[in-house]
Amino acid sequence: MDLLIILASGVATGTVLLYATVGEAFAERSGILNLGVEGMMLIGAMAAYKTAAATGNAWLGLLVAMLAAGLISQVHAFITITLQADQVISGLALNFLATGISLVLGEGLTSLRDVVPQLPKFTIPGLAQIPWLGRVFFDNQSILVYAGFLFIPLAWYYINRTRPGLHLRAVGEYPAAADTLGIHVYFLRYFYVFVGGTLAGLAGATISLSISPGWFGALTTAGQGWIAVGLVIFAQWNPIRAAFGAYTFGALRRLVLDIQAPVLIFGLANPFYSNLNYAFFLKMLPYIFTVVFLVIGSREANRKRIGSPAALGLPYIRGQRGL
Amino acid sequence: MAEINNTKSASSWKFPFRIKIENRVDNPPKWLSPTLSVGAIIIALLIGAIVIWMGGGNPWAAYSHIAKYSLGSVGVLSDTLVKAIPLMLVGLACSIAFRMKLWNIGAEGQFFLGAFGASLVVLLPILPEDAPKWLFIITMAFFGMLFGALWGFIPGLLKARYNVNEIISTLMMNYIAIEWNNYFIYAVWSERGFQMSRMFQRNAWLPRLSDLSTRWPFFSGLTTHFGLVFAVLAAIILWLILSKSKWGYEIRLIGDNPKAAEYAGISIKKNIVLVMMVSGALAGLAGMSEIGGVVHRLQGAISPGYGYTGIIIAWLAKLNPLAVILASILFGALILAGREVQPAGIPTLIQGMIMVTLIASDFFYRNRVTIIRRVED
Amino acid sequence: MDQEITPPGIENVISMRGISKRFPGVIANDQVDFDLRRGEVHALLGENGAGKSTLMNVLAGLYRAEGGTITVHGKVANFNSPKESIDAGIGMVHQHFMLVPSQSVTENILLGLEEPRFRMKLSEFDKKIETIAEQFGLHVDPEAKIWQLSVGEQQRVEILKMLYRGADVLIMDEPTAVLAPSEIEELFNTLRSMTDQGKSIVFISHKLHEVMEISDRVTVLQKGRVTSSGINTSDVTRADLAHLMVGREVVFRVQKNEVQAGDLVLSVENLKAMNDKGLQSLNGVSLNVRQGEIVGLAGVAGNGQNELAETLVGLREAIEGKITVNEKEVTNKPVKLGIRHGISLIPADRTQVGTAPNLSVTDNVIMKNYDQKPIGQGWMVNSSEAGKYASELKEAYDIIVPTIDTSVRLLSGGNLQKVILAREISSEPKLMIAVQPTRGLDVGAIEGVQKLLLSQRESGAAILLISEELEELLSLSDRIYVIYEGEIMGEIADGDIEKIGQMMTGTRLEQIGKEGVGSNG
Repeated sequence: MDLLIILASGVATGTVLLYATVGEAFAERSGILNLGVEGMMLIGAMAAYKTAAATGNAWLGLLVAMLAAGLISQVHAFITITLQADQVISGLALNFLATGISLVLGEGLTSLRDVVPQLPKFTIPGLAQIPWLGRVFFDNQSILVYAGFLFIPLAWYYINRTRPGLHLRAVGEYPAAADTLGIHVYFLRYFYVFVGGTLAGLAGATISLSISPGWFGALTTAGQGWIAVGLVIFAQWNPIRAAFGAYTFGALRRLVLDIQAPVLIFGLANPFYSNLNYAFFLKMLPYIFTVVFLVIGSREANRKRIGSPAALGLPYIRGQRGL
Repeated sequence: MAEINNTKSASSWKFPFRIKIENRVDNPPKWLSPTLSVGAIIIALLIGAIVIWMGGGNPWAAYSHIAKYSLGSVGVLSDTLVKAIPLMLVGLACSIAFRMKLWNIGAEGQFFLGAFGASLVVLLPILPEDAPKWLFIITMAFFGMLFGALWGFIPGLLKARYNVNEIISTLMMNYIAIEWNNYFIYAVWSERGFQMSRMFQRNAWLPRLSDLSTRWPFFSGLTTHFGLVFAVLAAIILWLILSKSKWGYEIRLIGDNPKAAEYAGISIKKNIVLVMMVSGALAGLAGMSEIGGVVHRLQGAISPGYGYTGIIIAWLAKLNPLAVILASILFGALILAGREVQPAGIPTLIQGMIMVTLIASDFFYRNRVTIIRRVED
Repeated sequence: MDQEITPPGIENVISMRGISKRFPGVIANDQVDFDLRRGEVHALLGENGAGKSTLMNVLAGLYRAEGGTITVHGKVANFNSPKESIDAGIGMVHQHFMLVPSQSVTENILLGLEEPRFRMKLSEFDKKIETIAEQFGLHVDPEAKIWQLSVGEQQRVEILKMLYRGADVLIMDEPTAVLAPSEIEELFNTLRSMTDQGKSIVFISHKLHEVMEISDRVTVLQKGRVTSSGINTSDVTRADLAHLMVGREVVFRVQKNEVQAGDLVLSVENLKAMNDKGLQSLNGVSLNVRQGEIVGLAGVAGNGQNELAETLVGLREAIEGKITVNEKEVTNKPVKLGIRHGISLIPADRTQVGTAPNLSVTDNVIMKNYDQKPIGQGWMVNSSEAGKYASELKEAYDIIVPTIDTSVRLLSGGNLQKVILAREISSEPKLMIAVQPTRGLDVGAIEGVQKLLLSQRESGAAILLISEELEELLSLSDRIYVIYEGEIMGEIADGDIEKIGQMMTGTRLEQIGKEGVGSNG
């Protein structure tokens, strides 16, 4: 078993979580909790695959995936921002709706396996020669993985060091204050829910066009959207911590799959090789770890007194006191 | 607040009517809520039809198929009830948790663990193979509820002790539950390598209406089973608890304002754990009744997402246990007939659409919306 | 209509004519006129609910009036948003500060501005902000995060935010409510230096002595109507203003009968506790309250009053110290036990803590005795007993509500407070802790609440009255403790307001006199 290969594919798998997690972090920073990530990822995966299959152009698929997921996110935006409904229940509803739509529109896509184009993979010369790290991060990775590397610092910089980022944080922390200074609270919330949607769509497209190509119905995402929602809390709404969590989880998911292959581990008989049924316990690990991450995250947040964005989950109504 | 500044700068021409939105300052009329719910369902079906049409399907065929194969005859009506039984129980499970604003979306996993617990009674075995039927029913129900409660207890405790978000933890527990059951189906109880346990012996089956057909031929072939008694009893008991008991009062108070509840001396942490356990037990009972009354063995595919549909049912029933019974029959019909409708995602789509329109319709419950003629100023 | 005559040479910066604003069920402003001259402090006086803040929120663009016109520098301007109002040079400092706690001072000031366009290089702007701060004597560290600042400093940031935007009209909504006496002096100095530099200020208040001290002119509102428009402050007395504000003679002191203080009820020794941020906010509080006594606790908001009240009833953990009620130790005991021992709390926050907004009046009044006979029977809540009980309280406390099944969120502030008082008093408490029981109520309601507290005192309850209103404390209390940063600065029995003021800013009673008057902090 080559650890570096596992880590490299872990980075690829983690890229999916990265986009979804940071996207959700954007929405939550603006004050809107969107539990529909799983559904939006499915829409993205389906739309990307369907478009790529129909047009033969994977890039077009990527674009349509982002637009489609962004569009469906606006259902949640409308219900929670304009109609001021509960964000939890609306997010759950979005999930059902988006899952249903992608299953209906994705009918028959499963059989198309070998004719659908994928996004390119390549090795970055020079960087790939760095010992250890080169093979993990820069060797024959998808273009979306590299885009993810650039995306992390950009997202962090945008949130913490730019004017729109300042406005984003203000809208999620204290919308009434932002409103009195002429910041369009409703517009920004719609916008960042849209951003969250497009990134979830990108995450879905990353799966279906690159990391594990194909369309397998609801199994395409297999709960990764929910893990992303959990990771946002662990990441404390920070893209850099989100990246750390996402890649760790990616590696974990790969490990679960790859650990069954070798006969021996560290010279001992591999229990997962000799009894394939133990793999069911392995498959629980990502989900168990999500819960563990949540425990760690919330204890740490408690200790450092880091809270969620203060207005997260609350509708903003102009002229009402308080938040 | 009403009539806040949200108009853009004045343009020369104004639409002669405008929409006026005011918060309701009185209790809305009694007929409003059910009317809105029915309206929401109708709109959901209309939008759903558009999506099915876009996906290349025939909405009229799909809907008429659903109606015909769920309510069209006594036989299918009985089958609809069979689908409605687990839905009632998971709907109740969600209702009690949601009353406390505890977002248990882990009813699916609790359902699986309930099925597992009930199977233990037969497969471990806890009872000898020839134990009487009534003893099997009671013991299986007990173990189903016990394991469901355990599966609710874990996220409940994590929330109470470490403030872990229960939405994520209950959801993760769903995935864990499926793998847990898979292990036992594949590795421990596999019947000749198939991915299912052996068939339970007849005295571990819940009685069916058709069992009575020797005396009343009318019931022959009807699959409705004893789980219906569990579900209706559970609904009545839960209704009593929520609307008449001290504990129900505590749950309502915590749900509306946890700080006020704390101030009144009610322990929130204790109630989080308790409510999660009761919620889990109800979902576990659903799992038990499904394998005891329908499947008669432990296998992988025992739920088409009952646990998730329970969320929508609870919402449609406005968290009222008695209304859960009605809502469950509606969704039972949808799931039963939806199995053969193509494309396969249609039932999920319609469920999602109904939920979206239901939530949106709430706006008209909270606000008074009128269209008035714009007066020149 | 009597058009106001503006003396020649004096420029009206703002002129509001015939402003009307309705909310569901209330007319907040009815044909209100208001003028603001250049370089003046114009007080807007009125009771809670008189429509002062509504009128200014219209001027600040937060609300839209149904009728009337606003003229700014002679040009008609009806604002559609706060932004338009700010762009016209009008800045409002709200009672609830509009500052983002997790962001720095500079970030808050730059929020919503066009400059910088994209990249935020904060250090460049720190300088500019410091310059303006110096000009008006508003000292604050630009790099500090808002949550690290005191309330007084936050207010300065709010003012700076408006000055940075070039405001020449500043609306201050009840600015002194959150300040200690010395901070009030400082604020008044700032306001004067601003008017000297040509800015105009609207000063919203219901405190007569402050209006007398700081304002050049006064406009008085009563129930949404102007009772007196733009009179010179120097031409009127405090009593005149009180009459204009309330519409009848004001009783400044409620009737208080002599009651002999009895046995010791509450005794607190060296109590320590943390606040929500995990910082220690009670640093060894000791005090006692006897039967038939109202003991006041004075102090500027946020000096540990809420934490003290919560620790006393068991809502907050005491990390050290001892609380004894009627010779039973109740430190860190469950809240329910305290309720059984006859401890009652009227919380500061009526909607967030004191009531459950979507539940009915009945459900709200049985909060403390739903599990006691006759309402709680076995495992059940007897709904007919509960209804009977709620109807009795509705009669006895004159709670104005259509039916006892109405959700309490539909009740006015005064009625909501009656629901809470009815619930707490009917439990016949031995010890009553009342936190800000009259805040935000109109004069009639305040009188009612105060009378109820006094009648409790006469029937032998021990009452700890925690308030930020000195006048209220002075008129109701038998003794007054002063709290500062979680410590008791001293105890006053003779109502010496001078000493209380000094203690509120951190001077211990034993140090007063030694250091001489005026040396605070």
